[in-house]
Amino acid sequence: MAMPTVLSDAHVVARRNIIKIKRVPDLLVFTTLSPIMFVLLFAYVFGGAIAVPGGADPNAYREFLMAGIFAQTVIFGATITGAALAEDVKKGIIDRFRSLPMAPSAVLTGRTLSDVVNNVLVLVVMSLTGLLVGWGIHSSVGEAALGFALLILFAYAISWIMAWLGMLVPSVEVFNNATFIVIFPLTFVANTFVPLESLPGPLQTFAEWNPVSAVTQASRELFGNIPAQVPEPTAWPLQHAELYTLIWTVLIVAVFVPLANLQYRRSTSR
Amino acid sequence: MSHHQSDPGGGAAPAIVARGLVKRYKGVTALAGIDLTVPQGTVLALLGPNGAGKTTAVRILTTLLRPDAGSARVAGVDVLHEPRAVRRRIGLSGQYAAVDEYLTGYENLEMVGRLYHLGRKRSRERARELLAGFRLEEAADRPSRTYSGGMRRRLDLAAALVANPPVIFLDEPTTGLDPRGRADMWEVIQTLVAGGTTLLLTTQYLEEADVLADDIVVIDHGEVIAQGTADELKLQVGGERLELTVSELGTLERAGRVLEPLGVGRPTLDEGRRSLLMPVTGGARTLTEALRVLDAEGIALDDVGLRRPTLDDVFLTLTGRPAEDDAATTEVGA
Repeated sequence: MAMPTVLSDAHVVARRNIIKIKRVPDLLVFTTLSPIMFVLLFAYVFGGAIAVPGGADPNAYREFLMAGIFAQTVIFGATITGAALAEDVKKGIIDRFRSLPMAPSAVLTGRTLSDVVNNVLVLVVMSLTGLLVGWGIHSSVGEAALGFALLILFAYAISWIMAWLGMLVPSVEVFNNATFIVIFPLTFVANTFVPLESLPGPLQTFAEWNPVSAVTQASRELFGNIPAQVPEPTAWPLQHAELYTLIWTVLIVAVFVPLANLQYRRSTSR
Repeated sequence: MSHHQSDPGGGAAPAIVARGLVKRYKGVTALAGIDLTVPQGTVLALLGPNGAGKTTAVRILTTLLRPDAGSARVAGVDVLHEPRAVRRRIGLSGQYAAVDEYLTGYENLEMVGRLYHLGRKRSRERARELLAGFRLEEAADRPSRTYSGGMRRRLDLAAALVANPPVIFLDEPTTGLDPRGRADMWEVIQTLVAGGTTLLLTTQYLEEADVLADDIVVIDHGEVIAQGTADELKLQVGGERLELTVSELGTLERAGRVLEPLGVGRPTLDEGRRSLLMPVTGGARTLTEALRVLDAEGIALDDVGLRRPTLDDVFLTLTGRPAEDDAATTEVGA
């Protein structure tokens, strides 16, 4: 099927999901409220106990924190795809789509693109919260835009893993539990909330090679949140954080776009 | 590309032909090789208890599932080789109302129209047309989760009709509906088939098949166990039934003994209800004769009558168990 059909069908599907954001604003409220809560919790409760390279300035931790929170939030935002698809499979909506003469890849493309819209909205809200607690961007507009783009792009790749998983599991509940178990360690055993140097040996190595650390490091650099006196990281993935993030993004897309599409063609309700 | 015409493929070619469909899931045989033929403009009911293979058959014919063996053509197009072309010619309304609960009725139908590639303008017109036709006009701009079960089913059926497809599949269109909702749905379906659409529907309700279908295929454990019109199926189980209730339980066995020569099969006695059921031929003459014999024996009756066999009798005779037992267990998920 011609590319324009895929795109116009995907647009129709994405519009459906965006109408849902509009109709159930609670959804957006809660997906933004929890990261705001995280910002406040880390900035004011844990922040004092976490020493970051950059000195005793109380603002230093908030500067450090925001990129980590952004990374965690957009990754959680990417799970919306999986939960929504699990629900659609169960309710027979995927059966309906599959019985229509539309481009088969359009459902997943539309679904994952809706996550992007959602993540952009959430990033806007969170950046404003960050500014309020003392975070700031100390780089050029171009670099900052690149930082946000990298976060969105990486989360978009994660959406495809979630799409595959969402159609594989028998229910939304299973999906939520499964992703929680994977995403929590991935986003915490990283440089998101604490400096890597504070982690014990094996965990530190894991965190250094964890792509979540790379995307965090890259956006920290691009927002200009790393003070000049902080030494260059020693691990290769963090020295080349942007490249390493892109490698993971490409790898995930290359593996999970075909896998998710295959699963879509196989999935029927129950 | 055409959305409205089926490929005639030689005049009176059947709208649906399936040959030897087999589907197995991890050692369980869902379909054991079924054949189906549905002439254009007719209604076929696939009748069977839960788990008989009805939904599997519909999924194969609507391109959602590939069979392990067999072939099928729908609206003249090969289901296995040209699934996309089949999808342009069919409408499917599944077992669960597959409408988006956050979208309004109008938005749901408009979306389906766009995905059939009817174009923006035509999709909008068609959505309004269908909402009016299905008595959903007033609810058109409310999210569908505010709809009653019956309204949601009607919306789902409307979605199947968006592109005016020549062949429609309805998988248990009334499961879980109350009697009022069921009657509404029947009316809608009858109007639809009056317009010449070919329809394959699955049902666990014998009455539903009787009311809606031209032909009935009874399936059980993935196999066709009987087929024909409702009348033909009833004939397979014999003609009428003589049914009576004796006043005193003590006379029931004797009633059976003296009546047996009048029947074409052995009488079945139900002591709990003091009743007797026996297949007979000869209609009113047999009934008069039975009353004369019983009167001579001095057996008093509370109730007596002749009735034509129902599809329940058909099912009981064919499978050795009533259909309703199975039907009851499926209400849970509906």
